Amino acid sequence: MKPADADQALEAVRWAISEETPLELVGSGTKRALGRPFQATHTLDLSGLTGVTLYEPEELVLSARAGTPLAELEALLAENRQQFAFEPTDFGPLLGGEAGRQTVGGVVSCNLAGPRRVKAGAVRDHFLGFQAVSGRGEAFKAGGRVVKNVTGYDLPKLVAGAYGTLTVLTEVTLKVLPAPEDTRTVLVRALDDADAIRVMALALQSPYEVAGAAHVPASLAGGLGVEELGGAAATAIRLEGFGPSIEYRAGKLRDLLGGFGTVEFLEREPSLAFWAALRDVKPFVAQPERLVWRLSVPPADGARVVADIKGRLPGSDAYFDWGGGLVWLAVDPGAEAAGQHAVRGAVGLGGGSGGGHATLIRAPDTVRASTDVFHPQPAPLAALSARVKETLDPKRIFNPGRMYAGV
Amino acid sequence: MKMPTPDASVLARRAEIVNALRAIVPGEGVIVERDEMRVYETDALTAYRQLPMVVVLPTTTEQVSQVLKYCNELGIKVVPRGAGTSLSGGALPLADGIILGLGKFNKILDIDYANRTVTAQPGVTNLGITTAVAHEGFYYAPDPSSQIACTIGGNIAENSGGVHCLKYGLTTNNVLGIEMVLMNGDIVRLGGKHLDSEGYDLLGIMTGSEGLLGVVTEVTVRILRKPETLRAVLIGFPSSETGGNCVAAIIAAGIIPGGMEMMDKPAIHAAEEFVHAGYPLDVEALLIVELDGPEAEVHHLIGEVEKIARDCGAVSVRVSESEDERMVFWAGRKAAFPAVGRISPDYLCMDGTIPRKQLPLVLNRMTEMSEKHGLRVANVFHAGDGNLHPLILYDANKPGELQAAEDFGADILKLCVEVGGVLTGEHGVGVEKRDLMIHQFTEIDLNQQQRLKCAFDPEGLLNPGKVFPQLHRCAEMGRMHIHRGQIPFPDLPRF
Repeated sequence: MKPADADQALEAVRWAISEETPLELVGSGTKRALGRPFQATHTLDLSGLTGVTLYEPEELVLSARAGTPLAELEALLAENRQQFAFEPTDFGPLLGGEAGRQTVGGVVSCNLAGPRRVKAGAVRDHFLGFQAVSGRGEAFKAGGRVVKNVTGYDLPKLVAGAYGTLTVLTEVTLKVLPAPEDTRTVLVRALDDADAIRVMALALQSPYEVAGAAHVPASLAGGLGVEELGGAAATAIRLEGFGPSIEYRAGKLRDLLGGFGTVEFLEREPSLAFWAALRDVKPFVAQPERLVWRLSVPPADGARVVADIKGRLPGSDAYFDWGGGLVWLAVDPGAEAAGQHAVRGAVGLGGGSGGGHATLIRAPDTVRASTDVFHPQPAPLAALSARVKETLDPKRIFNPGRMYAGV
Repeated sequence: MKMPTPDASVLARRAEIVNALRAIVPGEGVIVERDEMRVYETDALTAYRQLPMVVVLPTTTEQVSQVLKYCNELGIKVVPRGAGTSLSGGALPLADGIILGLGKFNKILDIDYANRTVTAQPGVTNLGITTAVAHEGFYYAPDPSSQIACTIGGNIAENSGGVHCLKYGLTTNNVLGIEMVLMNGDIVRLGGKHLDSEGYDLLGIMTGSEGLLGVVTEVTVRILRKPETLRAVLIGFPSSETGGNCVAAIIAAGIIPGGMEMMDKPAIHAAEEFVHAGYPLDVEALLIVELDGPEAEVHHLIGEVEKIARDCGAVSVRVSESEDERMVFWAGRKAAFPAVGRISPDYLCMDGTIPRKQLPLVLNRMTEMSEKHGLRVANVFHAGDGNLHPLILYDANKPGELQAAEDFGADILKLCVEVGGVLTGEHGVGVEKRDLMIHQFTEIDLNQQQRLKCAFDPEGLLNPGKVFPQLHRCAEMGRMHIHRGQIPFPDLPRF
């Protein structure tokens, strides 16, 4: 089913509810291979719901129908020297498809933010409001179009990152921000993981407004496809903003970090290429047989977690974003197909205020069917999540089981 | 203000309930004397008062869990309370409910500079977090003006903001994890020291839920390094239109200031008479733009802002040349509420958000409403994010003036929604704006929100009567399957 507008989307959902038949919600389909495989006899293709419904650059706000290609919106924003500050990740090539095809609804639904997450927040932090169809067959709205709003529950937060299991988004409103005038990357070369974590922490603790902190070991540096990088490990600190400010901060960071290793700079173009490749997990695109995990951990734990996994899963490779807090990990398919016990054992289930979680991003259907793709939750939390699903989709119509069995 | 009808059967069992609570929270943690409970009868929205049935002050998460479990089983209503600084009546007690005070949860548990986090109990004040890390050059960014008294747990309940939130976000953008207790006694942890919490973003839902979904017993927030430099520009305009245009022009130039605040003429005059900040008195609107960040950046941007201001037709532009001068610029703005309190026996502080460009229209309409209701209004405005605080001046001793002020306030908030904004930008719905929710949301929208509460609190026992204009039983809301089931602060600066 391919509705042409929100009314038709509502009709389609009502039909599915009356038939009690599950729907797979799809925009352009770039993230279809993400999550647990599930059975849906029908597809609700939302790519016909397109178009910008409101863009007021001076108000820093943009609304668009959910199926609008993100690339169109980014081009529109660029004309006004603005951007989505959360720097959306493009999983197209990583999951075997094309780049640049994802829709804004898909980006919001999966809450996948890029390197600027450390400074600007995730997609959910910029998601102001939506129009949607619930699994009760009702069109409803939540949130608003202004930045400061505490009127009622913050449903946009709930829907961001729900992977289409709670509602059919028909229109989304996002906060936009000015695009930086310029950008430059400070590189410290040839560090091991542990020292790199220290360097990134030092930079992020500084007052120099770091807009990205990543570490790529020598084994993966070449895979980024940035010629200027060469083959040594790169610990990268990104600066963005006004020209004089970048110049000043780059100098300060060189002084701050120089004791750890050789300091180099990546100027604008190679810097843009570096962070785009890092964001879209380029080092693992060319290794399609390997399974890819995404780990969110306390940043200072990054190196420890990866060392632990490498001890248990020889041959695995990892690089770090978010100052060490986001780990992109590739493992070879082995006896225990996804290596989930090794990965989750290293992250640690619950326990104290530290926490962390691991999501299996790329693996064959059979592996994703037999693995907990999303991090298992303690029983009370799992029960609460199931009750939340119930409130919006009691008949389990939308992407049932994509995140958790029964949800 | 109509509140849920007290349950006579619960009130009749008060002695038994008190004994049970004393078994859970020993010593002086259960308060039953009327005089001792008096301090809990209102929050900072002092127009509404109600003595609770009993006050409980637990000291451990386990006690909170047992109290909630007990209340859930017996059908006893619970109103969680932090410092009681809510301006919307979020902590207003119920006659047949307990007040669950978190004031004894007042310890900082962990400071982690490597991960740039602080973990604290919910009763720690907002400023207490910054104080704990200031010696290392760090701070916690969201800065509600009550930050000296309000607690971090209360900040989560209200999703508090402050002057800095245009650039640094609200509470929701700065909280990484919580431990909370559900009404059934379940203890749940959401998030942690990592950046994105897993599964459904229940942390995002809890933030700003006004104490209706769960009781927070531990909080992890991210801390930031203090900016190297702060400087402010004081800009006077001949009209609110020119002031509004200047705000838009600053943002169009790609500049996101650390703070951007506007005052109208009545507010400027009241503030100037009170603190003598040196504000120009011949302008219709005054804008304070604060730039913070690396020294070279602030130096560069101050020049840009000055130029933009002059191009926009500013009649006066002053740049702070010292930290003292910057503080003086802010002194009047920060004292605006008490300053207005000096020129009127009473005032009602409203809190709506509008798209910024609607400011001239909204101010003009407010002038018309002022004539209609026969009351004066002064305006302070978070210009960066469109959050308005009209102060409606009235005299409670004059018959009919309180009602006129409330009607005026409701008209303003309805106007905010009409021009594309919302009923509350930072103070919350509470009991104050509860009955106006139907102006922003349809019944379907509101039912959907209330169903979400059912997932957390199926019996509707946690802070009922707040936020939603109508109480629904979960079971009646669409065949929902349910699994198992005054301390006023008159001297605080208010923004």
